Amino acid sequence: MTKLIIILLSAVFINNYVLAKFLGICPFLGVSKQLRSAVGMSLAVIFVMLMATAATWPIQKYLLDPHDLGYLQTIVFILVIAALVQLVEIVLKRYMPSLHESLGVYLPLITTNCAVLGVTILNIDEGYTFAEAMVNSLGSGLGFMLAMVMFSGVRSTMEGSDIPESFKGLPITLVAAAITSLSFMGFGGVIENLFS
Amino acid sequence: MKTLNNYTKGIIRENPVLVLVLGTCPTLATSTSVLNALGMGLAATVVLLFSNILISALRKVIPDKVRIPCYIVLIAGLVTAVQMLVKAYAPALNDSLGIYLPLIVVNCIILGRAEMFASKNNIFDSAVDALGMGTGFTLALFLMATLREVFGNGSFCGMPIPVLTDNKISILTMAPGGFFVFGLLMAMMNKWAKHKPQKKDFGCEGCPQASVCSKAACAASDTKENGKEEVK
Repeated sequence: MTKLIIILLSAVFINNYVLAKFLGICPFLGVSKQLRSAVGMSLAVIFVMLMATAATWPIQKYLLDPHDLGYLQTIVFILVIAALVQLVEIVLKRYMPSLHESLGVYLPLITTNCAVLGVTILNIDEGYTFAEAMVNSLGSGLGFMLAMVMFSGVRSTMEGSDIPESFKGLPITLVAAAITSLSFMGFGGVIENLFS
Repeated sequence: MKTLNNYTKGIIRENPVLVLVLGTCPTLATSTSVLNALGMGLAATVVLLFSNILISALRKVIPDKVRIPCYIVLIAGLVTAVQMLVKAYAPALNDSLGIYLPLIVVNCIILGRAEMFASKNNIFDSAVDALGMGTGFTLALFLMATLREVFGNGSFCGMPIPVLTDNKISILTMAPGGFFVFGLLMAMMNKWAKHKPQKKDFGCEGCPQASVCSKAACAASDTKENGKEEVK
């Protein structure tokens, strides 16, 4: 149990996917302008990460590993994720139109989001059990959400400020991201010491 | 002339990293040291070259509706091949690139060039375009990694530099330094290129999924935002 909590907390704070591991930078920079879209995108990412882990972990353990097909990992995972996202979209559209309206628009973007493929591959590389893998995915998704929400706040305060000409647009956004990422470095080493 | 243009445009005018802003994740993650950056640049260039050639050769065979999944499968196959080669001949590089090697599959540059260039042009032009974009990607990575390694770690390609090695700014090799150096480089590019700095933020034009999700997220958030501004 303690291990699960450590995995969860370190996935959210220390190994934050966006700010420490640089996965999923495109949506982080692209969809973080507004709080609403940032939350929508993050919810969709959490959802897809959990689904993708639930699908790819058994595939790796019970299909690829016993048959020595480990080298097919990349191809199989990306196809599973792409198919899964399509399926989820169709199901949502048919049975939960209101949820589809709020999450649906972000789903196609997620297929090639490196955070999702990254979390599924890392779960295998780290040798997590199924429960640990699911907790890690949840933590990574929550960490993504935390970063998105924080950053959308930073960006909204930046809107009205006077920025040097050549820094306008993306450069100043990246510098702001650097400062946001700096704040996360303070968590380094905290989690391990909490439980020791 | 056109061939030369196809090649050089990827290096400065349409530099995939600094101008088109594609492939930011591997750029930030692998530019901590020069050797990593060169390894990543080379691996991505090889994948890009072969994916552009294959996709251009198959552009009349692949049905339009399922082209994105087809491209992804082709690219994933190539990445797997490159991954195996790196594992066999450069195991140290494989360890230091880690997760980012298989993640070349979802590198926007590769899918983006497939969608924007290779699916419309012949094999030769596509190969030249891939080489140009690959060179641009590698150069941008090299530039960033040089800055980060020289000032952050006081070394170049692992060789220590006399004075700097005692005065490291180690934050540059960590995550915040990546964002910071990238931001500075883009600001320099804006200044140096002399054309008007890009007022628009992270746009949808370069995104390979733009055609798939034209009505989706980016467009939705843009119109929402514009609508709100008008109301104000």
